Amino acid sequence: MIANPILVPRPEGLWCEAGRFFIDPVRAVDRALITHAHSDHARPGHAHVLATRQTLDIMAIRMGERFAAATQAAQWGEMIRIGDASVSFHPAGHVLGSAQIRIEANGQVIVVSGDYKRRADPTCAAFEPVACDVFITEATFGLPVFRHPDTRDEITKVLDVLARSPERSVVIGAYALGKAQRVIRALRDAGYDRPIHLHGSMIPLCAYYQSQGIELGDLRPATVESGRRGDFSGGVIIGTPSAIADKWSRRFPDPVVAFASGWMRIRQRAKQGGVELPLIISDHSDWDELTATISELNPQEVWVTHGREEALVRWCALHQRVARPLNLVGYEDEAE
Amino acid sequence: MHAFSRLLEALVLTPSRNGKLDLVADFFARAPDPDRGYALAAITGDLDIAAVKGATLRSLAAERVDAELFALSYDFVGDLAETIALIWPSSSTEATPPLGEVVETLSRATRPQALKLVTQWLDTMEPGDRYALVKLATGGLRMGVSARLAKQALAQFAAARGTMIAVEEIEEIWPAQTPPYRALFAWLEGRGTRPSGHALAPFRPVMLAHPLEEDALATLDLGAFQIEWKWDGIRVQAVSDGGVRRLYSRTGDDISTAFPDLVAAMDFEGALDGELLVGHFDGRALSIGSFSDLQQRLNRKSVAPALLRQYPACLRAYDLLVDGPDDVRALPLAERRIRLDRFAATLDPARFDVSPVLNAADIAALGQLRADPPHGLIEGVMLKRRDSAYLAGRPKGPWFKWKRDAMTVDAVLMYAQRGHGKRSGFYSDYTFGCWTDDPSAGGVLVPVGKAYSGFTDEELKRIDKFVRDNTVDRHGPVRVVRATADFGLVFEVAFEGLNASARHKSGVAMRFPRIARLRFDKPPHEADRLATLKQLLR
Repeated sequence: MIANPILVPRPEGLWCEAGRFFIDPVRAVDRALITHAHSDHARPGHAHVLATRQTLDIMAIRMGERFAAATQAAQWGEMIRIGDASVSFHPAGHVLGSAQIRIEANGQVIVVSGDYKRRADPTCAAFEPVACDVFITEATFGLPVFRHPDTRDEITKVLDVLARSPERSVVIGAYALGKAQRVIRALRDAGYDRPIHLHGSMIPLCAYYQSQGIELGDLRPATVESGRRGDFSGGVIIGTPSAIADKWSRRFPDPVVAFASGWMRIRQRAKQGGVELPLIISDHSDWDELTATISELNPQEVWVTHGREEALVRWCALHQRVARPLNLVGYEDEAE
Repeated sequence: MHAFSRLLEALVLTPSRNGKLDLVADFFARAPDPDRGYALAAITGDLDIAAVKGATLRSLAAERVDAELFALSYDFVGDLAETIALIWPSSSTEATPPLGEVVETLSRATRPQALKLVTQWLDTMEPGDRYALVKLATGGLRMGVSARLAKQALAQFAAARGTMIAVEEIEEIWPAQTPPYRALFAWLEGRGTRPSGHALAPFRPVMLAHPLEEDALATLDLGAFQIEWKWDGIRVQAVSDGGVRRLYSRTGDDISTAFPDLVAAMDFEGALDGELLVGHFDGRALSIGSFSDLQQRLNRKSVAPALLRQYPACLRAYDLLVDGPDDVRALPLAERRIRLDRFAATLDPARFDVSPVLNAADIAALGQLRADPPHGLIEGVMLKRRDSAYLAGRPKGPWFKWKRDAMTVDAVLMYAQRGHGKRSGFYSDYTFGCWTDDPSAGGVLVPVGKAYSGFTDEELKRIDKFVRDNTVDRHGPVRVVRATADFGLVFEVAFEGLNASARHKSGVAMRFPRIARLRFDKPPHEADRLATLKQLLR
């Protein structure tokens, strides 16, 4: 084990003594470095926030302009000096603006990956491997049963349903930040060019993605006022996970309830959620991506956080790698 | 194999009955022989390969990854076949063999050969197919669809091809058919003739009654009807034919193995329609046991000798369908009844008797019978026209059932869960409770039943809102609803009967409970006490 690591877990989050900052703190702190804008990582009330421009923008959209007293935008790869530490931000491939944070102090390099994935996603910058002594990895899908299939095949399932039952509609549950835009973009890339209707809460984020040059095509609010019931026949509607399970989805004609998440790999999870059309589309790394990333980076140590830490630590042991679970509290380990 | 594994997955995820019917019918239309035939056999439970053991596959999978990683994964997934299917490292994906090839090869293979084959296939399949294969090869395949629905899907499949064949006709020839049912499919597609139904001891579709509308009573010609008790046991058909004895449920499922005592006594040539009950013979007549007695004999694969002694099964005959060599279904009921009395006189009186014919001079007298039956398992009266032939299904006119009014109790809503299908998104499944004692004397609510029906769509919306506005806790999908002595929602719950139950905390279990009325006007402390409910046990 590395002696005197430059990052240590604290109740607030990961603490860097050399730079006197926290990474993704779960409580309000003086200085926070934030990997990405999902609400369990990005919380309001910090005095000073350093994150990528896109992460800051999304935080402002979700939490209001005054989510922090002061903000600073980090450019990809730019070295920033904070106290006795230098930090830099590198794409994590998770959602728009998501970053890994590289911290260097006392001759030690730690990379906090935040949430990440390795496969192609046209809605955000691709994961960049960064050499380090300690790699801190997520483990949301850290079990060998999780292997995400090709996104195109999952999208084909949606198009097949629409082709087979043109009188029905497909209501896709997807997280409002990242997943929704990725699903829309994948539908567009598969040639689906009809208007896509959105749950109201997704509209500002989709507009922001479009302002960042990510083509999402014709998007419209899924309000009944804006269209009669029949207008949704044969259409795709994207709603938040809570909306699809709720009254909201009943306004559409005979909806096929779909859900886009890595959890859809497990049949009973889909069934329990009342999902008829599971779409295995994840913004997290699957087992193969997690293990391949560790092998590729070849760090001295692997620290594992939020998710199935035990299994990934076991895999490291089987491959003669030093690894330990971080046991941080406050991060969603089953949300996607 | 791939089409079959997709069907398997879709059936799991499709909540509605019609949706399942479409899926199965569509599969029959798309899959070739013999694949569709084996899929049909898988649905009806007529496919049992069990070529390899689940435990063997588990250890093979664990070897391929790591025992600890397998255990962690199994713990998370919760289903052994699914864990194996998901965790199995695939070397390459090749075209998967068709279902027919898999089934036929496995049924011919020895155990070591089968294991080798399954392993090879697992190596090259995608996870959905692996799941289907593991379930198939270990003999644990359950499609989640009834045999009856499969036959309805067959009729729907035929109709889509312009061949109009009733489900009853399919059921009639079904016992003589064997997987992969080539002749059956040829007939349904209009390519072949009706396959012979001449298996020994076949099932004949059951005749059912319509409920009697109260306003039809005035014009009813009571004299034309034979009146009998309507029993709430298990409607069965006992068929004995050339040494083959079969006991069928009213849907045509063979339930012989669950009732070996009754089957052993089926020493006749013919087919009886009747009610299966528990009955003790006192030397002169059968004394019928309670519903709880009958429950001891339900849903059992094997029956212990002690249970057979304590709860002997008997058959109270309603009708005779086959009398020796003669199919008598076309004869009028009056004639069948004469034959039935004669037929039953030769049977073991400890196992068989005939449902007595009742007398009622007028509707009022009939109402008296219905209101006060002599046994707790009687749920009303049957009216059957004396001139009626025995017809398949539920023809309108010849037979009526007039059920006793349901029992009711006032109970308080305690928990709610979301429904399925058109009710998805609504809290439509309710658990309700009665008080153990007066709430002011420390009485608490204990659940006495669950209901999903009885309310209108409008009422459902009101209950749904009540649930959402008054949720005090959640356990996964279950919402705990506020229910105190002074605040809560009272349901008037109707049910058909009550059984003592050791499995329920309240000590009672309701039969067919449903919400009869919403009592927003009633404070919960006025709901019924458990003791009131227990008085209804008999």
